[in-house]
Amino acid sequence: MTTAIQNHSSHDHHGPAKGIGRWLYTTNHKDIGTMYLWFSFSMFLLGGAFALVIRAELFQPGLQLVEPEFFNQMTTMHGLIMVFGAVMPAFVGLANWMIPMMIGAPDMALPRMNNLSFWILPFAFAMLASTLFMEGGAPNFGWTFYAPLSTTYAPPSVTFFIFAVHIMGASSIMGAINIIATIFNMRAPGMTYMKMPLFVWTWLITAYLLIAVMPVLAGVVTMMLMDIHFGTSFFNAAGGGSPVLFQHVFWFFGHPEVYIMILPAFGIVSAIIPAFSRKKLFGYVSMVYATGSIAILSFIVWAHHMFTVGMPYAAEVFFMYSTMLIAVPTGVKVFNWVATMFRGSISFETPMLFSIAFVILFTIGGFSGLMLAIAPADFQYHDTYFVVAHFHYVLVPGAVFSIMASVYYWLPKWTGHMYDETLGKTHFWLSFVGVNVTFFPQHFIGLAGMPRRIPDYALQFADFNMISSIGAFLFGFSQLLFLLIVVKCVIAGKKAPAKPWDGAEGLEWTVDSPAPYHTFEKPPKVE
Amino acid sequence: MSSETTYEKYYVPEQSKLPVWMAFGMFATVAGAGGLMNGNSTMWLFLLGSGILAIVMYAWFNIQIRENHQGLPNEQVKKSYVWGMGWFIFSEVMFFAAFFGALFYIRTIVGPWLGGEGAKGVTGDWLYPDHEAVWPLLNNPNNELFPPPSGVINPWHLPLFNTILLIASSVTLTIAHHALEKDKRKPLLIWLVITLVLGFTFLFFQGKEYVEAYTHLDLTLESGIYGTTFFLLTGFHGAHVTIGAFMILIMTLRVMKGHFKPSDHFGFRAAAWYWHFVDVVWVLLFLFVYII
Repeated sequence: MTTAIQNHSSHDHHGPAKGIGRWLYTTNHKDIGTMYLWFSFSMFLLGGAFALVIRAELFQPGLQLVEPEFFNQMTTMHGLIMVFGAVMPAFVGLANWMIPMMIGAPDMALPRMNNLSFWILPFAFAMLASTLFMEGGAPNFGWTFYAPLSTTYAPPSVTFFIFAVHIMGASSIMGAINIIATIFNMRAPGMTYMKMPLFVWTWLITAYLLIAVMPVLAGVVTMMLMDIHFGTSFFNAAGGGSPVLFQHVFWFFGHPEVYIMILPAFGIVSAIIPAFSRKKLFGYVSMVYATGSIAILSFIVWAHHMFTVGMPYAAEVFFMYSTMLIAVPTGVKVFNWVATMFRGSISFETPMLFSIAFVILFTIGGFSGLMLAIAPADFQYHDTYFVVAHFHYVLVPGAVFSIMASVYYWLPKWTGHMYDETLGKTHFWLSFVGVNVTFFPQHFIGLAGMPRRIPDYALQFADFNMISSIGAFLFGFSQLLFLLIVVKCVIAGKKAPAKPWDGAEGLEWTVDSPAPYHTFEKPPKVE
Repeated sequence: MSSETTYEKYYVPEQSKLPVWMAFGMFATVAGAGGLMNGNSTMWLFLLGSGILAIVMYAWFNIQIRENHQGLPNEQVKKSYVWGMGWFIFSEVMFFAAFFGALFYIRTIVGPWLGGEGAKGVTGDWLYPDHEAVWPLLNNPNNELFPPPSGVINPWHLPLFNTILLIASSVTLTIAHHALEKDKRKPLLIWLVITLVLGFTFLFFQGKEYVEAYTHLDLTLESGIYGTTFFLLTGFHGAHVTIGAFMILIMTLRVMKGHFKPSDHFGFRAAAWYWHFVDVVWVLLFLFVYII
């Protein structure tokens, strides 16, 4: 190591190291971004496999395939792996790849810590996944791990769940700090704040959400650990604590967390829609302020997740109205995306298809969110499949579609090859149909009263559940096509020009495709 | 030692073996600790992990310092360190905020409700009809499951003394910092050592207070929510003082080795920020945990 440092100034222009060491020891933002993205994809497949176990069991009423106990482990692990293993690392991977290139920086601000942030994740998720093989099984208390289910009644593996959350939280905090330092400190001359691409803006705000709430998550799991192993009574009324305390602390983390999973998606869509509409983004400044408003509001809405827990009337009303306020900045965004497309000369390549689907389907998820925000109505919807339908609409055709859109959009830049457009469109339509067939019927069965997190159900829900399961398998297996398209594009394909999309803007399109291992060692001048 | 080199580029370090080892060390430490808590004999894994962490952090800081002495990081890189440390401390603030928030929620909402007052007081009436909520809780809702403490720590003895100690240590550290900026090495070292002594004295008395709580007051982790919040808040603070004192210790050793310049002493600055942060947390603790 020492020699490497001393030799540094003598040869600056070098490519990647050879072998496995390139990936284990790298300090390169592109390598680290790539690892994040592949890790995220593998977690997406693992979490997806768990989802298919759930949907297979729910294909028909009655218990067919798995024990209820194992079913609970599947719902829990599916949620945890998708949230912390698939969606969050995917966005961090995109941030790693794109933010330095978008702002004209040579790398991330703290490259060694960047590598640490990534390598914690495989260990954390290996530990989390290993709980499936432990005595008493994996965590079975839902991804929201409400006490006392997660304390008094938890399986012993909860200890490892807690520590996995601790270290993945450390990873997120370090990642967020790195992103903030990069954006504040490493913008090229002339790249003023209000010239930054929206993806950079949304990530800056997301990073703030992360460093504000990941420590709170660490706090709440620490309280659990103390209650379980050291006899404290945070969540035990017999000692003067309260299980509701858990829900307050958890959702103080949890609500900003859901915006952590959607704000970068807003940034991605705000890059892709103008590119394929061949117009400038409508309302850039309002987009920035809307993102900031959403982030601030996210800290004062948390108790809308717990309307039925027994809160004073004033609290119900406060959290109801503050939640509805979020519809205003979100509405601004949707309006701006639509206005960007208005009178544009639009072409429908795969990234654009995913982005348009994002706008429409995310808005549907937003509307069902508004329905859930109405406290008196929520007493009916709470803990039903309507909630499941709502958050899957914002997370799958929301967050996940935006990630797929971004992969198609930037694959030429990453690999130097064009992906197969026909296969890409096929993947889009299969996913689009699969997602809607899976989740739209869940609105109906939820409103009709089917509770979530249950392996068996009453007969009247049978038809819609069967449709939903068929959709889930369609969507799930379509993702193997995605894998095929990406691998194909990495290996070969039509050579990509530096700027493969007509209307695309940004510094990342000024460098070659594939982007050189080191970009912008001398900062570019931004007009 | 060429800080005025013409290194214009942002310094991006070469490949490093440290991060992946650190990740493994973190994993081994928590996996070992988790196993121990679950009654498995994984002490070896815990020790292995902690050992790796210690070695890696030693090596990492070492490299960081050496690179700085070689003049590799320019002013821009050092700004990244400043942002990094600043927002790291902010994340620590939020960690404590979670525990303070829990304390306030317990005291203003859960307590009255369990005592039968307020919007949801009916729950307390039904569950624990005899329970009266008076903070500090010398009677728990269920005294058999959670035997209550017989008393609480008097804030005007040890805690007051500790407050004075810690505030004084912040002052002495600032004096040391000023000395460093004026390049007066001797006062710098003396005030640093005084800061260290104050810090370790604080920790000693905090330990003494815990012994008193456990042996004379029956105030333990198991004695209901008062003991829970008391020990978790002061305990995490104490852990942070320990880390901060360790940082100051390292800074003292580095000063003795002749490190730091009036214009360039980020490590010192970061340690000082951390120490002041720990100090502020203590003032809040003194107010909300001990006095009020």
